[in-house]
Amino acid sequence: MSNPIQDKPNTGFWGSLKDSPSTDEFIKGLWRDNPVFVQVLGMCPTLAVSNTAINALAMGLATAFVLLMSNILVSSLRNFIPKQVRIASYILIIATFVTMTDYVIQAISVDLHKALGAFISLIVVNCLILSRAEAFASKNTVGKSVLDALGMGIGFTFALFCLGAVRELLGNGSLFGIPFFPENFQEWIVMILPAGGFFTLAIWLIIFNATKEKRATT
Amino acid sequence: MLNRTLNISTSPHITKGIGTDDIMQNVVWALLPVAIFAVYSFGMSALMVLLASVAACVLTEHFLCKFSKKESTISDWSAVITGLLLGLTLPPNFPVWMAFVGGVIAIALGKFIFGGLGYNVFNPALVGRAVLQAAFPVAITTWYPAFLENRFSTVSSSTFTMPFMEPTVDAITGATPLSAFKFDHVITPASDLALGLITGSTGETCALLILLGGIYLIARNMMNWRIPVSILATVYVLSGILHLIDSQAYPPPLFMLFSGGLMLGAVYMATDMVASPITPLGVVIYGFIIGLLVVVIRIWGGLPEGVMYAILLANAISPHIDNLIQPRVYGTAKSVKGS
Repeated sequence: MSNPIQDKPNTGFWGSLKDSPSTDEFIKGLWRDNPVFVQVLGMCPTLAVSNTAINALAMGLATAFVLLMSNILVSSLRNFIPKQVRIASYILIIATFVTMTDYVIQAISVDLHKALGAFISLIVVNCLILSRAEAFASKNTVGKSVLDALGMGIGFTFALFCLGAVRELLGNGSLFGIPFFPENFQEWIVMILPAGGFFTLAIWLIIFNATKEKRATT
Repeated sequence: MLNRTLNISTSPHITKGIGTDDIMQNVVWALLPVAIFAVYSFGMSALMVLLASVAACVLTEHFLCKFSKKESTISDWSAVITGLLLGLTLPPNFPVWMAFVGGVIAIALGKFIFGGLGYNVFNPALVGRAVLQAAFPVAITTWYPAFLENRFSTVSSSTFTMPFMEPTVDAITGATPLSAFKFDHVITPASDLALGLITGSTGETCALLILLGGIYLIARNMMNWRIPVSILATVYVLSGILHLIDSQAYPPPLFMLFSGGLMLGAVYMATDMVASPITPLGVVIYGFIIGLLVVVIRIWGGLPEGVMYAILLANAISPHIDNLIQPRVYGTAKSVKGS
């Protein structure tokens, strides 16, 4: 869970935007330190609930919200929490927001709540959130933590959507529940199954790393 | 009569020797009778499936090599074998586009990702088939009867399905001996099974031709005979014991031996040189595990056939088998475990 932002050279995709260090806190989560494709954190929800685009998007947004709120609270309380009990305190803070998210999703759509199942409660133990609290929010100001959480949250949502879109397109023939192919489309059942999650993640990782490598050499 | 001149040359007297491509080429020759019988019994539909899977494998291998800026490795014939084996495990009325997808997956996911020939952990053809089985479970278990009257002039209605479209269900479908046993408790006589007078995947029907090809490869020392022998012996003995215990509930051992993909799997797929263990004892353990899994999956599992999963599982543990039976290096302490 090291945080490699400090010693990264200013090259790459967002190079021109990187004038102030605080912009960097935001954009690093989108691409360079993307929580799924680079840090490979939070694999449990990534693989389990990315079977449709809607599930993936909802899961990503719920995680992003919890990440944002917990980062704000952890970084504002960072001088009050004793070192010995910090993990327990972080979990307590995260769990509070997860409970809120759980009720909010249930209020918006019972179907969605059923589809996401236990994975909403499991946001508590999502290592992405805990790692941002431990590695970033507990050492940085509230402003920086907000930017970090927004970047990481959007990066996580983006990655989940990438997986969910492919899996729903091939596994269901639709995108966001809207049919994308003619009626007699042959569904790839494996894409809905957990195995499809692994395949899709692996293929996205290949694409991601190949483009990154190409950019580094040119 | 003897007017041959004795040719005396200086050393070294070394001929070219047997390379990978020689062995692969011989495997293709050994598989040809099986493929020809498949076309003979199932007609044009089987030919289309075989052509599609071979073409997919060769093209995928070629383009992936080009893409990674390496020399194309299609000339070593291994992609042809993968395609041929994959096609032989598919039903004859399988849609061509699905067979093509299977070939692409077999080479890309089963072989190239691991580093190409010599590094594949699993048998590539079986990886392709396993993904197809998981993706299209209905199409891969819809069987076509053998020896139809018009099999050389027409293809089955599902063969040329538009890509990504659901195949139309044929009016005429058959049942494999294994599914007939599993769901209707009908036992096909062993002579029909051995001669291939049954329905099933394109290449798995004629057990005798498969055995013949295997014997040819073993005679030329291009295949480890311990693998098929230990698999078949394990299946025979285990199912024989079960049949003795209850001859009503469990099928006779000869039926188990000749039905389904066991012959094809034991002779051509489990003997994948890369994915099987290298030591003689390790190979026997590997064969025993495959045989055990085949019997367990067939008799107590939900699917009628389990050779594919048995071989893939045994492939996964084959490096550990070699590690486990590593002999003690002379002069070292007995308790030292292989590192």
